[in-house]
Amino acid sequence: MSNSREQILAKVRANQPQDERPLPDLSVFPSRSGELQDQFMTVLSLIGGKAIKVANYAAIEEYLRSNPYNGRMVTSIQELNSIAKPISAPGDPHELADVELAIISGAFGVAENSAIWVTEANFVQRATPFICQHLAIVLPAQEICANMHQAYQRLQGQTYNFGVFIAGPSKTADIEQSLVLGAHGARTMTVFLLEN
Amino acid sequence: MSAVSTLKHPALSERFNADEPRVDWHDATLWWIREKRDKAAHTLYEDWESLRNAASAIKDNVLGNLADYLTQFEQNAQANGVQVHWAADAAEHNQIVLSILKEAGAQRMVKSKSMLTEECHLNEYLAENGIDVVDTDLGERIVQLAEEGPSHIVMPCIHWKKEEIGELFHEHLGTPKGNADPQLLTEAARQHLRDKFLTRRVALTGVNFAVAETGEFVVCTNEGNADMGVHLADVHIACMGIEKIIPRREHLGVFLRLLARSATGQPITTYSSHFNKPRDGAQMHIVLVDNGRSQQLGREAFRNSLKCIRCGACMNTCPVYRRSGGHSYHNAVAGPIGAILAPNLDLSKYSDLPFASTLCGSCSNVCPVKINIHEQLYEWRQELTRNGKVDFGKKTGLKIMATVLSNPALYRSMGKMGRWTLRHIPGMVNNSLNPWFKQRDMPEAPTESFREWYVKNRK
Repeated sequence: MSNSREQILAKVRANQPQDERPLPDLSVFPSRSGELQDQFMTVLSLIGGKAIKVANYAAIEEYLRSNPYNGRMVTSIQELNSIAKPISAPGDPHELADVELAIISGAFGVAENSAIWVTEANFVQRATPFICQHLAIVLPAQEICANMHQAYQRLQGQTYNFGVFIAGPSKTADIEQSLVLGAHGARTMTVFLLEN
Repeated sequence: MSAVSTLKHPALSERFNADEPRVDWHDATLWWIREKRDKAAHTLYEDWESLRNAASAIKDNVLGNLADYLTQFEQNAQANGVQVHWAADAAEHNQIVLSILKEAGAQRMVKSKSMLTEECHLNEYLAENGIDVVDTDLGERIVQLAEEGPSHIVMPCIHWKKEEIGELFHEHLGTPKGNADPQLLTEAARQHLRDKFLTRRVALTGVNFAVAETGEFVVCTNEGNADMGVHLADVHIACMGIEKIIPRREHLGVFLRLLARSATGQPITTYSSHFNKPRDGAQMHIVLVDNGRSQQLGREAFRNSLKCIRCGACMNTCPVYRRSGGHSYHNAVAGPIGAILAPNLDLSKYSDLPFASTLCGSCSNVCPVKINIHEQLYEWRQELTRNGKVDFGKKTGLKIMATVLSNPALYRSMGKMGRWTLRHIPGMVNNSLNPWFKQRDMPEAPTESFREWYVKNRK
């Protein structure tokens, strides 16, 4: 096996072009300011998600009480423990199989595509945002950047074991290009934009 | 994929073309996706061309420094606790995957989409060795149940009608007979595959991008099947071609802006998962596969094909692909990009593919990493001719054409003869011996050529 390693590397070294090939300057992609929150909400609705502006955690709780999910609710957010159970420390992920709603906190959102960056630290168990039937992410409203270049500037130098951009609910169009929400992951995605 | 066919692109296309309404439907579906791609690109009108230039330049840099990036990636991935394997070819790749499964004591595995494993015929190999593999991407699962290969790298069952999928699911998953509702069929697949996710201990995924700087790799899906597989398994195997390396994390910004927009017209895939370290108590393996890539790197005219990020835009736009279907390319990767990648692996077997093109250049125009696909198709044709891989009929025809086109007097008299024949004895050309007559009526012959008209009317 290590023999293959040496062989491959030797062949690549022999065959790779020798001319100077500088990396491009990514600062040519300007950060466009504008109504980032509006853009984020518009794109989110286009990709099948739902955004709700809330003033505080109490408003989220109130929303969930008046729009109840019938089944097990878990959260990694302490402020919401009155309505959802904490996600237990890392253990067997199969234990989450019957979760109806998972509420996790998002680090930041991206206006151009409504993707929200979350890491393992935000949801304890890696399987959480995928295995739940419905997903809700709490995102501080001011934590929205314009595009993916800005997103990776934020991630510059950060370490995470597992991180993921999530943009809307799980979906597929594999059957005659008919869009169906809820392929294997969450069937719906609600974003609570926390205003303060 | 299972049946090894020796038929070439023209014969396989003819088979696909037998059902004309289906061809029209296939053509229109793919064109619709091409249009979605255009709209998505236009939303970034200020940045789109700069993004393509940047993506192409990053990949240029990768090709020039691939060996160093590979070792940097290996080092960082190992430091992250990931086990790195190297496979010189498809056979070694398959053996490595099997050995990991054996070590884990697993007889069953879930797998998300990986064109590399299609290229290596991993499923067949594992089946021969008693391993049960379930493809979990909906489209891949459909073609797997139907015992065939994907016909498109992004939309594996784009050639299937929903009524046929309804029938297939009725047979395999017990959905109600005659029901072809995509919602119902997708739900049935969700339930069927959820059981697999919850019971398999090994999950395999492909890799979209691997970052040398950090040792992390990124997997993009809409369905969430890659994540459902790996986060519920004890062992994650990620298989990647060595050309998937990118230098730095910030470069993901460029590629993730381009990938989904080019592929399906979405602003980004639902999930862009970044894997750095295995979960506590779980294993993560990366298999780095060459399988002809280092050789292609040495072919100056063709090395840019290694920039491909597998978005499928070149297929959706290709007038030949849309009307001949993915299976007519008899290769894991179909369409224009497949036609420039495949001859590197087997010049004789894929000698037909560079000719499955009109050289219109649409593929190059939509390519997010600016691969000169149509120019490479033309280059391959010359390479094939030099190597004696072009059949006698085509060679003779082209020779005659070259003689006629390079001799004005001969060209004029042949033109005259042709017009006369079309007018007076149309049966000479309107017959099955003339391949041009197959799908079209021959044109009505004008009474004079443009030159004759011009000579007469010139003032």
